Amino acid sequence: MIRSVIIGVLAVAVLGTGYWGYLEHQEKNAILIQSENNYQRAFHELSYNLDHLHDELGSTLAMNSKERLSPSLTDVWRITSEAQNDLGQLPLSLMPFSKTEEFLYKIGDFSYRNAVRDLEQDPLSEEEYESLKELYHQSGEIQGEMRKVQSMVLEDHLKWMDVEMALASQDEPGDNAIIDGFEVIDEKAGQFSEASVGDVGSRTQQDEEIAKAVEDLEEIDEQEAVNIAGEFLDRKGKLEADVETTGDGLDYKAYSLTIEDPEDGHYIYMDITKKGGKPLYLLEDRQVESAEVSLHEASQKAKEFLDKNGFENMQLVDSRQYENVGVFEFAYVVDDIRVYTDASVIEVALDNKDVIGYEGFSYIANHQKRKPMEASLSEDEARERLNPSLEVMEVHKAIMENELEEEVLCYEFFGVIDDDTYRIFINADNGREEKVQKMDRAEPVYDFD
Amino acid sequence: MKSHEGRRLKRLFFAVLVCVQFVVLLPSLEAQAFTDQVIQKGATGDDVVELQSRLQYIGFYHDTIDGVYGYGTYWSVKKYQEEFGLEPDGLVGPKMKDMLKRTTNFDKEYVHRMLKEGRKFTHYGGMPLEHQKGPKPGGKRGKPAPAPKQPSAPGGEPQKGGAPKEQPSPEAGTPQKGAPQTEAPQEGTPETGTEQPQTDTQQPEAETPAPAPGEDIPDMTPEEDDFPGDEADIQEAINTPEGFTDNDIQIMAQAVYGEARGEPYTGQVAVAAVILNRIESPTFPNNPSGVIFEPRAFTAVADGQINLEPDDTARRAVLDAINGQDPSGNALYYFNPDTATSGWIWSRPQIKRIGKHIFCE
Repeated sequence: MIRSVIIGVLAVAVLGTGYWGYLEHQEKNAILIQSENNYQRAFHELSYNLDHLHDELGSTLAMNSKERLSPSLTDVWRITSEAQNDLGQLPLSLMPFSKTEEFLYKIGDFSYRNAVRDLEQDPLSEEEYESLKELYHQSGEIQGEMRKVQSMVLEDHLKWMDVEMALASQDEPGDNAIIDGFEVIDEKAGQFSEASVGDVGSRTQQDEEIAKAVEDLEEIDEQEAVNIAGEFLDRKGKLEADVETTGDGLDYKAYSLTIEDPEDGHYIYMDITKKGGKPLYLLEDRQVESAEVSLHEASQKAKEFLDKNGFENMQLVDSRQYENVGVFEFAYVVDDIRVYTDASVIEVALDNKDVIGYEGFSYIANHQKRKPMEASLSEDEARERLNPSLEVMEVHKAIMENELEEEVLCYEFFGVIDDDTYRIFINADNGREEKVQKMDRAEPVYDFD
Repeated sequence: MKSHEGRRLKRLFFAVLVCVQFVVLLPSLEAQAFTDQVIQKGATGDDVVELQSRLQYIGFYHDTIDGVYGYGTYWSVKKYQEEFGLEPDGLVGPKMKDMLKRTTNFDKEYVHRMLKEGRKFTHYGGMPLEHQKGPKPGGKRGKPAPAPKQPSAPGGEPQKGGAPKEQPSPEAGTPQKGAPQTEAPQEGTPETGTEQPQTDTQQPEAETPAPAPGEDIPDMTPEEDDFPGDEADIQEAINTPEGFTDNDIQIMAQAVYGEARGEPYTGQVAVAAVILNRIESPTFPNNPSGVIFEPRAFTAVADGQINLEPDDTARRAVLDAINGQDPSGNALYYFNPDTATSGWIWSRPQIKRIGKHIFCE
């Protein structure tokens, strides 16, 4: 009797577990299908956009009047950005697909720059027309390859989830058809990378500039680096430091120092260039728990810090308090012109006024003897170029880097429209609005407790 | 343009009144204390709250009182300094604080209570404060003004001279007070300036806390409830770096915490910097969440560790990175050599090793 009861109970348990397992399995499948569908959508959209891109580039070329290209180029720009967006949703980031992404960026950059410029006055040059042709041709090849991969995926019902598995596994990921296809595409894109469309601008350029700036300076050794750090930091007591050298990936060589703060035992991290011994950044790992001094006092301390370390003519251009830390942005000032490209950021702890952060990348990269720049527009002339509803509150002369990454002399206007503050750079030479920036308001604290 | 002119005139008018008050009220006004600090743009805290409240009291500041010395406050301070012959440098020093203390009132208890309760409120002079507060967020129906006061209120001289165009007739006894006209509060300020600022003159429209004319503000008549129950606390504010919201910072801090907790501090800043470098880079998405949630980009996203609550260090690291720090040396990738599965990642030129991570181009 008891036996049959036990058997009955066990049977029910087995059936129950089986049913539960079946539900779990179904659920898992549903989720897998859902992510697979997301991938499929991104993939097919990508392919659609590449198709579309090729066509649109074609119709840009076919247009007779070079002056009316803007709408068509804007479309090209929009499509590239959509394609980039699709790429961002595919699990490709750990595989070499960057050349295709760069290619898309180039097309986008080229089309944007030419779409916004006044083609009526300044039509495409013969050379630019050639690059456009070249881009058309290249996008055609990519489109062809992409179609091949797409039809293969459709034919063989290939799954992106398998791509993910293949990429995640330690084995050679080479035996997945989709991955193979994408590698072919990327190789193609790599071959025509130098297509006279200009270099891909990005922050990496700053490394080159730093490398150039310190090129001719004398090399220092580790001990000297520690000494420089000691002087820079101005902490009492002897510094103990671990020194490492940076690898080949960086255009310049630098020492990375890990220093124990002799005053309170926190770690301070610092990078100093090997040539010339220029401090690149400084960071102290310390949670500042209270604010004893005012932001103003801290800003004076930051200024002193810069003066002491040989940064001359620096002016405070922005200050902010983040809880108990003051963050100050300084710019180099020459002849009453704020040079925003030679900027440095200093962080000061508001409890004991220690400098706990310094960053001088752009200062080191850009600070040099400049040819004096002359403004051909007067301030009033520049003011006329502003939106009439802007109430101007402050004006400075400034040197900034515009979108084409050139240093230009500008009038910097701070003004107010309807309680919102804007910062507008008007080129002092040709009156162009180089940059219009809405200054963020303080952000409300959303507290749902 | 015209309204600017008008505002200017009014401010001038008020300036004169203030000067008169100097003489009359000097002994009777016991000032609430600022601390000794010189208040500078970018500052946050109680002194800024007091500064904003006092500037609002005399109609120089129309924005939200939130305790952050941002651009709105900056321009108000400069206007004040220009008008009263101080050097317009945006620094609030002892002299300006003295002047403010002498000429304005600051109801510290009221302002801080409002901030704590997360209400919308204003702090204009010459209006009863209970008319200047919005309803409490969090479900309770707001009662901006106590009922008995409203019908009998305009007994004093609520409107004279200053802003006749705005107010066609005194609304004595009108039950829906102030509903149709949102009177900009600074209109009301000068009129009552002649009286003792601390006496509660009744102002019918006082409870519309318009931070600025022309802005869209719901009328807060007691009859209607403009604020749904789940309204968040939005009066207090914090500084965020240009171009990033606090939520962006939070997402990034979660990513940094998931990826690099337990790493040395530079390692954490470097991870945050890599996220920012990717945003800048043409080959990656160009916003924080795009980069972070890119499939297979970060292991902490893939295994769900990104949903852990980040600590202060991670947040600090993100802020440092946004402020320009980059210990990674412009790296776009990093990997843990002990667990890296992709052979390709090893082929990237390496920049440096911080803690467990190797950063590469």
